[in-house]
Amino acid sequence: MSKKVLVLGETREGSLRNVSFEAIAAAKKVSGGGEVVSVLIGDSVAEFGAELVNYGADRVITVEHPHLKSYTSDGYSQAMMAVIDQEQPEALVFGHTAVGKDLSPKIASKLQTGLISDVTDIEGEGDDAVYIRPIYSGKAFEKVKNKGGIDFITIRPNNIAPLEREERSGDVSSLSVDITNLRTIIQNVVRKSAEGVDLSEAKVIIAGGRGVKSAEGFEPLQELADLLGGAVGASRGACDADYVDYSLQIGQTGKVVTPDLYIAAGISGAIQHLAGMSNSKVIVAINKDPEANIFKVADYGIVGDLFEVIPMLTEEFKKVM
Amino acid sequence: MNIYVLVKRTFDTEEKLVISGGKIQEDGAEFIINPYDEYAIEEAINVRDEHGGEVTVITMGGEDAEKQLRTALAMGADKAVLINTEDDVEEMDQFTSAYILAEYLKDKEADLILAGNVAIDGGSGQVGPRVADLLDINYVTTITSLKIEGEKVTIVRDIEGDAEELETSLPLLVTAQQGLNEPRYPSLPGIMKAKKKPLEELELDDLDIDEDDVEAKTETIEIYLPPAKAAGRILEGDISNQVTELVGLLKNEAKVI
Repeated sequence: MSKKVLVLGETREGSLRNVSFEAIAAAKKVSGGGEVVSVLIGDSVAEFGAELVNYGADRVITVEHPHLKSYTSDGYSQAMMAVIDQEQPEALVFGHTAVGKDLSPKIASKLQTGLISDVTDIEGEGDDAVYIRPIYSGKAFEKVKNKGGIDFITIRPNNIAPLEREERSGDVSSLSVDITNLRTIIQNVVRKSAEGVDLSEAKVIIAGGRGVKSAEGFEPLQELADLLGGAVGASRGACDADYVDYSLQIGQTGKVVTPDLYIAAGISGAIQHLAGMSNSKVIVAINKDPEANIFKVADYGIVGDLFEVIPMLTEEFKKVM
Repeated sequence: MNIYVLVKRTFDTEEKLVISGGKIQEDGAEFIINPYDEYAIEEAINVRDEHGGEVTVITMGGEDAEKQLRTALAMGADKAVLINTEDDVEEMDQFTSAYILAEYLKDKEADLILAGNVAIDGGSGQVGPRVADLLDINYVTTITSLKIEGEKVTIVRDIEGDAEELETSLPLLVTAQQGLNEPRYPSLPGIMKAKKKPLEELELDDLDIDEDDVEAKTETIEIYLPPAKAAGRILEGDISNQVTELVGLLKNEAKVI
């Protein structure tokens, strides 16, 4: 049986996040040929509707309200539940993002359904869909199935490929929802992450460890990341030593990332760090110690001083790009 | 202040994973308090020390989880509760866990409930927000700072690397992110004291929960290890040649740039 699927679209700094398109592609599989409806929530989001259609949404519903300018679980759940009431979907797909992680359990609780979080792949379609997700910090995987009722999943960014963008047509409508009784007041967001590129969605990550030795030591890494349109990350050691903020930490505690290219510079490769990055598509390790654990998961390794290698890499990349 | 901490006993993921009979082999493996829950316990103790009150740590599972509860008591929690589900619940999912915890908490008039933002084994991060929804209290996830003045609560939370500052009020459930604090190690006197602190054991019957009410909504049909990765290639020659070769490999072989 085909399913009607609602997909949460997300914007960040005035543009749609990639994960919104990936979620539409995931929803197509979940739907097994049924209708895929994207939902956009915010204070001014209608302009993004058409682009979601271009990425495969059959329809888009927007919920706009001044109280939805910043995400709060109260505000967004009221908006989402109103759309669910109207549409009566058979499945839901959110991104496994800050918003998706925070909102999905509340919605699942209200609907009294299961929720399969952090899905990285989908086997089968429609009623036969089986969801694959990493467990034990990526050291194992499980296949999970919904036992009945609404299929509800969140997908990890960067794992399910979006559909090819094409000019498509589809209805973009708005739903008016009264948003009341917000118990959380957002006062301020301090940007700590590097401008533009979000670590969890970055295609390229240049990560530094204790071997970077100082906050200044991260500058060449940032330069290379900027050149490749990537983001800078760090091991726990580098964060503990105060070279960079904990917000950049990759590992068991910290972020789990799966970029196309992960360059580890001066990172020994403690198992906790590997948990956060070992599923990256291509891993490059640069370390002075040829015995460093990181070389065991690396596709390519250079035994050498990162302060020598990284600037040379930047120059070399400039030549070929 | 009436403070509760939701704690999970987890497999130490530094351990080697072995799968047999479709399950992770647990025999002889090391179990720990989920690291994110340690931040929650530490924060609960700090809040109590500043504002007074009592910290109760709760976990679900089998008798083995007593060890982790004793550790939490040794850190400084006042009381512990083990909801023993061993005989009653065969398959659990996040729906099951949240339902049981909420049934326990619903008449406790908790001012503050803390939990880790995610468990390192299952990795779903659902139980905290689900419990808050069932109790109809507000929640804030992945917090890195918590300040309480009267009913007013000021929080900083991590949103994918950025820091969001917000205000809310008690009663409240929060989930801890790394950076919230530095969890203490239990001291020797703490460990001695913990042996005498109350540890209550309950079963579903004690909470008037019917087994059918907590039947899991999802089903794990297979657990497997990722395919072993082929050994990588350590480049050779002088550094500048290695760098040139690497860029060539990334462009032409791996095709990632």
